[in-house]
Amino acid sequence: MSFLVAENISLQFGGLKAVDQVNFAVEKGEIFTIIGPNGAGKTSIFNLISRFYNPTSGRLFFDGEEFTNAPPHRIAKMGIARTFQNIELFDNASVLSNLLVGRHCHATTNLFQEILFLPAVKRAEFDHRHKVEQVIELLDLEPYRDKLISGLPYGVRKVVELARALCSEPRLMLLDEPSSGLNVEETDDMSFWIRDIRSELGITVLMVEHDMSLVSRVSDRVLALNYGRELVTGTPAEVQSHPEVVAAYLGT
Amino acid sequence: MRFIFKTDYDQDVRILKHSGYWYSYSILLLLLAVAPFVLGNYMQSQLVFVFLYATVGVSLLILVGFTGQASLGHAAFLAIGAYTSAWCQQRGVPFVLYFPLSGILTGIVGVLVGFPALRLQGIYLVIATISFGAIVEEILARWESVTHGNEGLKLKTLEIFGVLVPRDSPGFYFLCLGLLVVVIVAALNLLRSPTGRAFVAIRDSETAAKSMGIDIAAYKVRSFGISAAITGLAGCLYAHKLSFISPEMFTLLLSIEFIIVIIIGGVFSLHGAILGAIFIVMIDPFLTLLKDDLPGYIGSLVRLFGTDVPSAMKIQEKAASLASAPGLKGAIYGLIILGFILFEPTGLYGRWLKVKLYFQTFPMYKAATFKRQKTYVKSERNR
Repeated sequence: MSFLVAENISLQFGGLKAVDQVNFAVEKGEIFTIIGPNGAGKTSIFNLISRFYNPTSGRLFFDGEEFTNAPPHRIAKMGIARTFQNIELFDNASVLSNLLVGRHCHATTNLFQEILFLPAVKRAEFDHRHKVEQVIELLDLEPYRDKLISGLPYGVRKVVELARALCSEPRLMLLDEPSSGLNVEETDDMSFWIRDIRSELGITVLMVEHDMSLVSRVSDRVLALNYGRELVTGTPAEVQSHPEVVAAYLGT
Repeated sequence: MRFIFKTDYDQDVRILKHSGYWYSYSILLLLLAVAPFVLGNYMQSQLVFVFLYATVGVSLLILVGFTGQASLGHAAFLAIGAYTSAWCQQRGVPFVLYFPLSGILTGIVGVLVGFPALRLQGIYLVIATISFGAIVEEILARWESVTHGNEGLKLKTLEIFGVLVPRDSPGFYFLCLGLLVVVIVAALNLLRSPTGRAFVAIRDSETAAKSMGIDIAAYKVRSFGISAAITGLAGCLYAHKLSFISPEMFTLLLSIEFIIVIIIGGVFSLHGAILGAIFIVMIDPFLTLLKDDLPGYIGSLVRLFGTDVPSAMKIQEKAASLASAPGLKGAIYGLIILGFILFEPTGLYGRWLKVKLYFQTFPMYKAATFKRQKTYVKSERNR
C-alpha cells in the first residue's frame, strides 16, 4: 500500500460537493502536487487530511493505518505536519517559541513536572531546542530567532511556518501554497528547500500550488482537480498538456 | 542599552534572564521582608490585599492573558476556596490540610466549568462565566446547612501546628507573600514548558494549535482548572484576612475588580498582575480621600475666583452630594477600564516598558515602536 492513500473521499457542504469521490495515492519519498482553479477543493482535501473536516464518505490511510476518524490533534503525532495558505502563526510570540510549539507532539513531560520545572523538563526543553536549532540552520532563520512574528515580513513568516512544521519531525508534509505572496527569489529559495526537505530529511511532500513553474520544477507527480473532481494524475508535463486541464484553466 | 550575548540554551530557559534581575528582585524581596516591621498596621494590611489580588491576577492571566479565554466568574472561585476553608476550620480540620484542599476542590470546580466553556467563545463565554458566578452566589445564600446563608460564616484565627497566626500579624503577611511568590514561580515554570506554549498557541490560533498536535479541549480545561485552583488557594487566605465571609462579598463586582487588575496591569506579562493589584487596592483609600476632601477643595477654589460665600457653600454641598452618590465607585471603575483599553491597552506594565525603552535608547526613541498594527487576515473558517 502507498504511503498516503485517499480512497473515494467526498466532502459535501449541503448541496455543494467540495470534494467528490477523489482517489489518490502518494508514494513514500515523492513530491506530489495538487493543482486546480480556485474552488476546486484543494485546500478542502488538506483539511480532510488534517481532520479539520469529516469526510462525507471515503477513507484515508497513512502508512497502512486508517485515520479517517482520528481526532485532529493525533495527526501531528502520526507524523503529518502542515502549513497554511494564509499563514497561521502565533503572532504575539517569538520565532523561537513558535518553533518550539512545533515540538509539542514530542512533549514527554506532565503538568506536575512542568509546574516544578524538574530536571527532566529542562532536559526535554534542551532536546527540543537542539532540534529547533537544526531547523533554524537549515532554513537560514538565525537573524530572526528572538523576533516577534508580528514584526516580521510576509516572506519570512512563510519560512517560519515551514520551519514550525519541520520541527515536529514529520514523515509527511502538507504545504498549502508555499509560494503564495512570495517574490521571485523567495520562490526560488522555497523550491530549493522543498527539494532539500525531500532529499536530505526524507520527508514525503504533498502540496497545493498555483505557480506552475514551481510545480514543474519540484514535483514528481501532479493531480489536477476541478469542481472537486479528479481530472488527471501524472507527471507535470503530462498534466499541463492534458486537454481537460487546459479547458479547466482557460475555459472552453 | 544592554545587549545580551547568548552562549547557552540555558539562558533562554532561566527565569531571571541576567544578573541585573538578581539584584533588583533581591532588593525588592528584602524590602518586602522588612516592610511589616517598618510600616504601620494599615499599610501592612493593604499589602496583604495587594498580594491576594495579585495571586488572583496571576491566575486570571493564565486563563485570560495566556490561554485567551474569558472569565467573569473568578469571584465565585474565590468564594468556593473561602467557604471550603471556613467550613473545614469549623469542623476542626487543620490548616495544612484545608489550605491545599480549598485549592484542589476549586480546581475541580474549575475543570467542571471548563467543559461547557469548550464550546463557547468570546462574549458568550463571558456570559456563561457570569451566570456561573451568579449560580454560586445563589447556592451560598440558599444552602444554609453548610454556608449559614446570608448570615455568613465567621473564621477563627489561623492556626498552623498549634501556632496562632492572627490576620494582622507579620506571620500572615509572609504567608500571603509566600503564596504569591510560589504561584508566580509555578506560573513562570508553566509558561516556559510545553503546557504554557500550548496555552499561548491556543490564544493566537486554534487552527494552527490543532495541526501542531495540541488537544485544544484538554488544554482549555487544564487552564480553567489551574486558574481556579490558584484562586481557591487565595480564597482560603482571603477568608482568614476578612475573618468573616458572606455571599454578598463574592458578587460580579469583585470579578470585575479582578479583570480590572489585569487590564490595568497589562495582560501580556505576569508583572501586570502585580501592578494592577497595587492599583486596585490603593485606589480605594484614594477614592475615599477624594470623597471626603474634594468638595472642600472645590468650595475654596470657587471662592478664590471671587464667588460669594453662600453660593460657594451651595456648590460645595452639590459636590459633596455628588461624591457620595451611590454607584459612583462602579462608574469610576468603568471609566478606568475604558480609558486603559482605549489609550493604554498594554496596561501599566506596557507603559513601564515604553518609559524604560525611552531612557535606554534616549535620543533615538521612536513612538512608532509600539504602534499597534493589524496584518494579514486569518482564516476564520476552521476555528
